[in-house]
Parts: sequence; structure tokens; C-alpha cells
Amino acid sequence: MTARKTPLYETHVKYGGKIVEFGGWLLPVQYAGILDEHKAVREKAGLFDVSHMGEVLVKGPEALEFLQKLVTNDVASMTDNKVQYTPMCYPDGGTVDDLLIYKRNNQEYFLVINAANIEKDWNWMKENSIEFDVELTNLSDETAELALQGPLAETILRKLTEAPLEQLGYYWFTPEVLVAGKPVMVSRTGYTGEDGFEVYCRPDEAAYLWEAIMEAGQPYGLVPTGLGCRDTLRFEAALPLYGHELSAAISPIEAGIGKFVSLDKGDFNGRAVLDEQKQSGPRRKVAGFVLTGRGIARAGYPVVYEGRQIGTVTTGSYAPTLEQNIGLALVEAEYAKVGQSFAVEIRGKNIPAEVIKKPFYHRKGK
Amino acid sequence: MNIPQELKYSKDHEWVKVEGSKVTIGITDYAQSQLGDVVFVELPELGSEVAAGAGFSVVESVKAVSDIYAPVSGKVIEINEALADAPEIVNQSPYDEGWIVVLEISDPAELNELLDSGAYAQLLAEGGH
Repeated sequence: MTARKTPLYETHVKYGGKIVEFGGWLLPVQYAGILDEHKAVREKAGLFDVSHMGEVLVKGPEALEFLQKLVTNDVASMTDNKVQYTPMCYPDGGTVDDLLIYKRNNQEYFLVINAANIEKDWNWMKENSIEFDVELTNLSDETAELALQGPLAETILRKLTEAPLEQLGYYWFTPEVLVAGKPVMVSRTGYTGEDGFEVYCRPDEAAYLWEAIMEAGQPYGLVPTGLGCRDTLRFEAALPLYGHELSAAISPIEAGIGKFVSLDKGDFNGRAVLDEQKQSGPRRKVAGFVLTGRGIARAGYPVVYEGRQIGTVTTGSYAPTLEQNIGLALVEAEYAKVGQSFAVEIRGKNIPAEVIKKPFYHRKGK
Repeated sequence: MNIPQELKYSKDHEWVKVEGSKVTIGITDYAQSQLGDVVFVELPELGSEVAAGAGFSVVESVKAVSDIYAPVSGKVIEINEALADAPEIVNQSPYDEGWIVVLEISDPAELNELLDSGAYAQLLAEGGH
């Protein structure tokens, strides 16, 4: 399969992005360097191309009923213009994907799904929609998305729009607004642990908007940012990444995001298993750890205790803001408590580690 | 790309500085630029024996883990302990401060297998490997 290009591919090349293939897409892993870009997002702002993400419009009289069955969070609790994060599960409690739901009104919802899962999610949604009066539209090819992230994101975006961004709360969106003269949808959401905005636009206007935002951000230290720092940023904030902390074999309860599983809302896919896991505690849990010995844990490395494997690292990296080598690992639940010691096997050696509190990084202020 | 003339090179992008029976080894400017920000260097034990072509050190960037292969065989007589606290030196000064080990070589004939700077530059021009 040939890797696809987002509408910003030429822009990335122009800005010196080092292009890699990621989930079937050609995207920049870095421009100046992952550590510099990471720091820019924590202290100033960074601009990401996230056009590879998938989008599905759910419309119809039974849109709410359909979504309530499809996902684990309580969609009925949302008001118009609210965004909600939710896992989407199989009947066995395994995770199909994690997604954002944008509620336009009771009969219209816009879903944002992971790029690598678009086809799988689409098929799963279609299959589940049969018994409901809803219409699904895959808008992935008609939607581009930019993510402006960092403490100066609002200051920068304000220069390009008359929309009252300061009144836009975290996890709210404005469905139609002009940014640099182009009609877009803007949400105060993101995947970096920082304040920031996601801007949804037409693919043919993405490059224009990129340039406009870069220019507006220039005096504030805005830099273009790639997949590399997107991963280290989300990892420090302990946000799960599908295929690592979440998968068809890992439930949201095991991943530690049980607060997005609402057992008060009636039936939904996976409810029985997730209910049981929530009541009696899951057998395995995602734990955060710091290596107290020297080395870097990587995804897939075994986690051992007294000579026995008790789990596997799901993400591990040097954490640029904390300047420590930390990780997330799916381990037997009894070893997931803060303060627990275990070891990570790195190239045949057992390197000591200790379970620490998640998230590893918490932004200050709003 | 900086390729000092006085050094020898392996096809795996290590450089070798020969001083009598001692050789200093590090990774090339090209190698560090390909890796990106180096955040960890695993050094071999002092006194350990390494064989030409075998991995003896590991250099990790934020995203990647890379084995460093010994360009020649020998015994580890010095390790660059500064890299333990400041692995970024490998990015900043790959040919000087960022050296990795010094070996006492066991078979000087192996040095003849290495590339000179011209041949290494050509290797990079042809696409790296």
C-alpha cells in the first residue's frame, strides 16, 4: 500500500520536516528536533498537522441512542457544542478505538477517530448502526485538521479570529468561525497536556491556514511540530495511545481510563465485562513507572518481579520535561500501586523501576 | 556533513581514530544527525573484549534504539563516562567530546578493512549503506 499524503505534505517539506511513514501516512516526525519542539509546546506553542485523523458524521433521529450503545461514556450528558472523550468497546470489553465526540445538537454528532483505525471503526460503526435510524458519513477525506498547542496558543489564534476564544472552555467547540478569513470549526482540545486548539478545515485551505497561523505565531516563538514530540508530550500527560495503552486486548478499565466508562447510562457494547472489571477490579492495570536504574524502557519490553514476567511496557521514553526515563506498562494489578518496585528487562538486564503517580506531567493554570 | 580526513570509517557509520595500538571509536556526524536527539548511551564494561562486527554499545535517541558495532576487535581500555550524564554530547561533538570507547586492538590487520574519508563520503552520497 502506498503511503498517503495530507494536504500539508508540501508544507512540511518546505519547513524542513523529516518525513516518515506513520499508520499509512507520510508525516513529519520532527523539524528542528524532538526535544526542542517538545519544549516549545510546553513553554510557548507548536503547530501540528493532524489531518490524518478520521472524521465521521452521525446524523438522524436516533443519533443519541446509537452513540449510547456504541461508546462507553455518557453521550446524553453532553450539551450542544461540547466535546467528549470516550472509548468505544467490543462486547468483550476490548477497545475498538478511543475518540472525540463533538455534539452539534441531539441529532448530529461529529466523531474524530484514530487514523490507523478509520476503516475498522467505520465498519464497526456501520454494523452497529443497523438497528438505529441514523445516517453515517465518512468525512475523513474532506477534513483537514491543525492542532495549535501550548500556553500561548490562545494569544496566537486570537490574532486571526474575532471569535471570543477566551470564553471557549476546555473541551468546548465553536462549529462555525472564521480563522484568517476561512470558515473552520475550532475546539479547545488537544493531545499534549497543554492548553490548545484543534482547527478543522477544508483540505484545500489547510496550507493557507498553516501559513497564517505560523505567521501570527512567529513573534511568540511558535514552531512547527512533528509526530515525535506529539508522542513524548502525550506520554508525559499519560494520555493513552491506541495500539499501546489501549487495544482490542486491553479494556478502558485496564488502561486506567475508567472514568470514561459510564455504568449509569443503560446498555452499551462491553458493559457486562466492564461493569465486572470496575466492581471487582481488573486483573491487569496500566501503571506509570520511573526507571531508578540506567536505561530507557521501550514498548514491548518485559516487566519482571522476582524472576517472573508480570507485564509488558506499553510506552517508554526519556521524558523531556521531567528529564527522567519513565514508562507506562500493563502489569498484573497487584503490582500497579504507587511505590511498588519491579524491573524492566532491557537487553537481557533487569533494570530497577518504581511505580509513580500518573500523569507524569500536569500543566499549571488552566 | 562533517567527515574529518584523518579518521577511518566503518560502513555502519562509526569512526575510528588510530594511535598506535589504541583506537578511539565514536559515531559519525551523519549517524548522530540520523538518530536525532541522543538521550542515552549504554557503555561497555571496562576490560571487556569486543569482536569486530559485534554490538558493544547502544545509543538511544528519543524515538530509536541503535546498536553501535565494533569496527575492529579489541579490549575496552577507556569509556567516555561523561556520556552517562550528558548523552547529548554525541550530537554536539560527535568526533571529539562525543567519543564512546578506546580499544586496545587485537588484530591491526582489521584496520585495513575500514574506509577512508573519501570512501565514506562516497558511501553517504550513494545513499548511506
